[in-house]
Amino acid sequence: MSPETIIKPTNTETISSQRIVSISRERALHLLYQMIRIRRFEAKSAELYGAMKIRGFLHLYDGEEAVAVGVMEALRPEDAVVATYREHGHALARGIPASAIMAEMYGKQEGCSRGRGGSMHLFDAKTRFYGGNAIVGGGLPLAVGLALADKMQGKRRVTCCFFGDGAVAEGEFHESMNLAALWQLPVLFICENNLYAMGTALRLSQSVTDLAKKAAGYAVAAEAVDGMDVLAVEVAAKKAAEIVRAGEGPYFLECRTYRFRGHSAFDTELYRTKAEVEEWKERDPIKTFIEHLKNQGLVSEMDLNELERKVADEIKEAVDFAEAGTWEPVEDLTRFVYSEWRGV
Amino acid sequence: MAEFRMPSLGADMKAGTLVAWRVKPGDRVKRGDIIAEVETEKGLVEVEVFEEGVVDQIFVQSGEKVPVGTVLAMIRPEGMPAASAPPEVPQAAVKEHVPAEAGPEVKPGLEVSHLPGQPPERRIRVSPLARKLAAELGIDLSTVQGTGPMGAIERADVERAAAKRLAEKAPTPSVSEKPVPPTMEKPAATEFQIGMRRAIAAAMSRSNREIPHYYLETRIDMSRALRWLEAENQRRSIKERLLPAVLLIKAVARALGEVPELNGYWIDDRLQPQEAIHIGFAISLRQGGLVVPAIHHVDLKSLDELMEALRDLITRVRAGRLRSSEMTDATITVTNLGDLGVEKVFGVIYPPQVALVGFGKITEQPWAENGMIGIRPVLTATLAADHRATDGHQGGRFLEALNRYLQEAAKL
Amino acid sequence: MKENPQMIRLTYREAVREAIREALRKDDRVFLMGEDVGRYGGCFAVSKGLLQEFGPERIRDTPLSESAFVGAGIGAAMGGMRPIVEIMTVNFSLLAADQILNNAATILHMSGGQFNIPLVIRMATGGGRQVAAQHSHSLEGWYAHIPGIKVLTPATLEDARGMLWTALEDPDPVLIFENSNLYNMEGQLPADAGPVDIDRARVRRPGSDVTIITYSASLFKALDAAEILAREGIDAEVIDLRTLRPLDQETFLASVTKTHRAVIVDEGWRSGSISAEIAARIMEGAFYELDAPVERICSVEVPMPYAKHLEQAALPQTETIVTTIKRMMHS
Repeated sequence: MSPETIIKPTNTETISSQRIVSISRERALHLLYQMIRIRRFEAKSAELYGAMKIRGFLHLYDGEEAVAVGVMEALRPEDAVVATYREHGHALARGIPASAIMAEMYGKQEGCSRGRGGSMHLFDAKTRFYGGNAIVGGGLPLAVGLALADKMQGKRRVTCCFFGDGAVAEGEFHESMNLAALWQLPVLFICENNLYAMGTALRLSQSVTDLAKKAAGYAVAAEAVDGMDVLAVEVAAKKAAEIVRAGEGPYFLECRTYRFRGHSAFDTELYRTKAEVEEWKERDPIKTFIEHLKNQGLVSEMDLNELERKVADEIKEAVDFAEAGTWEPVEDLTRFVYSEWRGV
Repeated sequence: MAEFRMPSLGADMKAGTLVAWRVKPGDRVKRGDIIAEVETEKGLVEVEVFEEGVVDQIFVQSGEKVPVGTVLAMIRPEGMPAASAPPEVPQAAVKEHVPAEAGPEVKPGLEVSHLPGQPPERRIRVSPLARKLAAELGIDLSTVQGTGPMGAIERADVERAAAKRLAEKAPTPSVSEKPVPPTMEKPAATEFQIGMRRAIAAAMSRSNREIPHYYLETRIDMSRALRWLEAENQRRSIKERLLPAVLLIKAVARALGEVPELNGYWIDDRLQPQEAIHIGFAISLRQGGLVVPAIHHVDLKSLDELMEALRDLITRVRAGRLRSSEMTDATITVTNLGDLGVEKVFGVIYPPQVALVGFGKITEQPWAENGMIGIRPVLTATLAADHRATDGHQGGRFLEALNRYLQEAAKL
Repeated sequence: MKENPQMIRLTYREAVREAIREALRKDDRVFLMGEDVGRYGGCFAVSKGLLQEFGPERIRDTPLSESAFVGAGIGAAMGGMRPIVEIMTVNFSLLAADQILNNAATILHMSGGQFNIPLVIRMATGGGRQVAAQHSHSLEGWYAHIPGIKVLTPATLEDARGMLWTALEDPDPVLIFENSNLYNMEGQLPADAGPVDIDRARVRRPGSDVTIITYSASLFKALDAAEILAREGIDAEVIDLRTLRPLDQETFLASVTKTHRAVIVDEGWRSGSISAEIAARIMEGAFYELDAPVERICSVEVPMPYAKHLEQAALPQTETIVTTIKRMMHS
């Protein structure tokens, strides 16, 4: 099946775009650094996948970096994150070391999930990162529960739940939106709308493609934002997180974005045209942000070189760490099926 | 569907003539039913069926002579009874389940079927527990009648068979002790012992009732034999030393070579001498009782081989690891009660064997020879023999030969 | 300790309710959540009165969103609470199967031991009440297939009263299956009855001739059968598994080693059932002790019919246990 039409980059009239915000050089470099390290990390992942160092399914985040980076700026250390199977970007931006993520994808016991999870199941207790969840929509009820626990315990924390446009078709999305709204739970729902549920375009799977409108059905505050604009995402996410943290119930933030690579490592992309991808790449969140910062005179070519070198070092360290990692002994195979401790 | 085949009733049976069918297609049969009569070189044999079910088809008609193993008929199994069905089959099974009297149940014609050289038999259905128990007790499963579903052999069947076997083979009341620590008091073991005792009683009664025993006795000067043995042992390492019992066993075998009528079975109202000489040798157990495993082909073994076999046998008896064939195929029994101080043994023959040789203690006795009186080590050897099979004349010749061989121990 | 604790008379339903009440009193982190557990008082009236006693924060009525509220239970457990999630019937639990299988059972492992899920899910199971093919099945054996969760099947009042607290103390997800036919069962229990272990089977009736291995409501059919058999001279041992995962094979293997015959009574369907698992474990662990093939009495493989006579014919019955064992014993 060939794509019937080219899906154009989002009509910016309908969404928030915050290019006009002023930003310090330091923050600019920080956001840029986060996005670039995700982009380079994914490139290295693709390379290592081809070299068979990484196996299983590999879903890369290229093109969507502004979402993870922008949203994480709105979260505090005590907040929780529930992510999807395309979660390298979330994990990196949340602060899980690149080395632990790379080691995880190598299947080494030094990985952030001891090699039990792989690319799709990055977990980290320190950063309250409750996993890449590989069941579309499966993470939403978890986020509702985490938020319920916070609310019942009187903790003013946000649970941030990432999911894609595909999840909106799942019953779990609707059940969770309803429950979170009904019980006024502190969940920040982040819908990463990249226009395709694997290979099925949004318009072929949803009767209403304006996803923020879905939230209205549950009386959940909602907004759509240009997911290719890291500043816009950051501003929107901060506003949303504040509302959620204030105990005013859940918030639904749709980030309109696009994935530059295939759905997973092995995707011939029959469902979209190269032209469409190229058109979206014009709006590459990194490229456009650099242009914006250069225009503002906030970063120089030297800064960029410096950032790239820093990122390259970090990724090299991550790969070295993963290479040097060790295999968990097979005798330990049945560990972590049940807890190794008892008590309350 | 089970095949009912022309059975092999002995090592030398190659074919049989179907004389008569006692069933027709559609008849229900159960294990142990006699369903055909077969004429063999050795006479007319009633053939029993080992399956439960319905006669499906008959392939061989009366008068036809067919080789051993030929399918004579097919037995169709009846389906397992429905849970709610009237318990017809269980009732039938009850009859089978009652422990049979060991004596009358013995079918000597079929007992031969487990002699060496027997072609492979039908697949036997055995419960895992029964199989384990049979291995522990040294029971040949092909000799056991199953009373379980579709003829399956169960624990109780093996226990009955073990009791029956001991009753048939033991020259004196004997008990086979399972190698269990005395602290492990299993209820099953008690049942087992009671069953065994009952079976021994039945077999010994049968022996006494059916076998017209005659007894002969002779005193044997053992001085030459012991002198030879002493000299022989002196040049051997402790490990290789021979026991006097080895000389006695070997001498029995040599003497049987001269009087083969004493080595065999009384079956089908006739003596069936056996070519192989397998001597059942009574071995007492530390925890009480004794077993009588066979030393195979004694006539073909050297004294050293015999000593080795005896040593091995004693070790395995004490460890409870006898092979089933050793427990079932003795052709004659030797009982040596000399160790207990007994001077003479008057044994009860172990049917279907036809003779038992008893040895008492070697004691120093006055002995007159060539007009001189001296003190000699003397052994009293006795023979209990089946008068249906042999007469005193043969018995006398045997004891004479035995004496003669013991005077020339070097030639044993 | 009192020598003769005062005995009280109560139903299975009341025993479960007491267990929930005790848990709510003992631990602030405990709350009950499910469809109609509050104002309605619970579909089987188990939680009747608890809303008045503990309030709507801790006795939470949920929308008909099994996936969301079971998943919320998982999340809340990870977030520091001790939720008791009630699913009306095991058939409805299939709507939450994703959360139970893909999240509750896997997250501890997928996270390399970082996140455990101290969650208890209770649900009604079992047939026999003429509620046909979408409310009557016994899928507990099916859940027992899944590593990462524990599966409890309390049959007695003591277990209905005592298993819940132990389950709540467990760091991992525990599913408790309450056979709906048992809710009205009445009996005596010490007033101070407390927690019981959740990892051992129990010999409910010692015997020497045959072992009946069963669990949940079938336990009482097995005990009735054993009484009938005793009158005919057959001494049956009855084992209540209590927990289907982890399966306490030590207890039933020891019993089979003693009796040499085993009958499994399982209200689940035969194919791929817990009875099949038990039979396989007996083959692996006690093959050479068997004097007869292992027998199974399971539900007939049909969706549960409505008509009473058909439904009763589909379920394991005392009479079937009796005839099966008599056949095994040739009596």
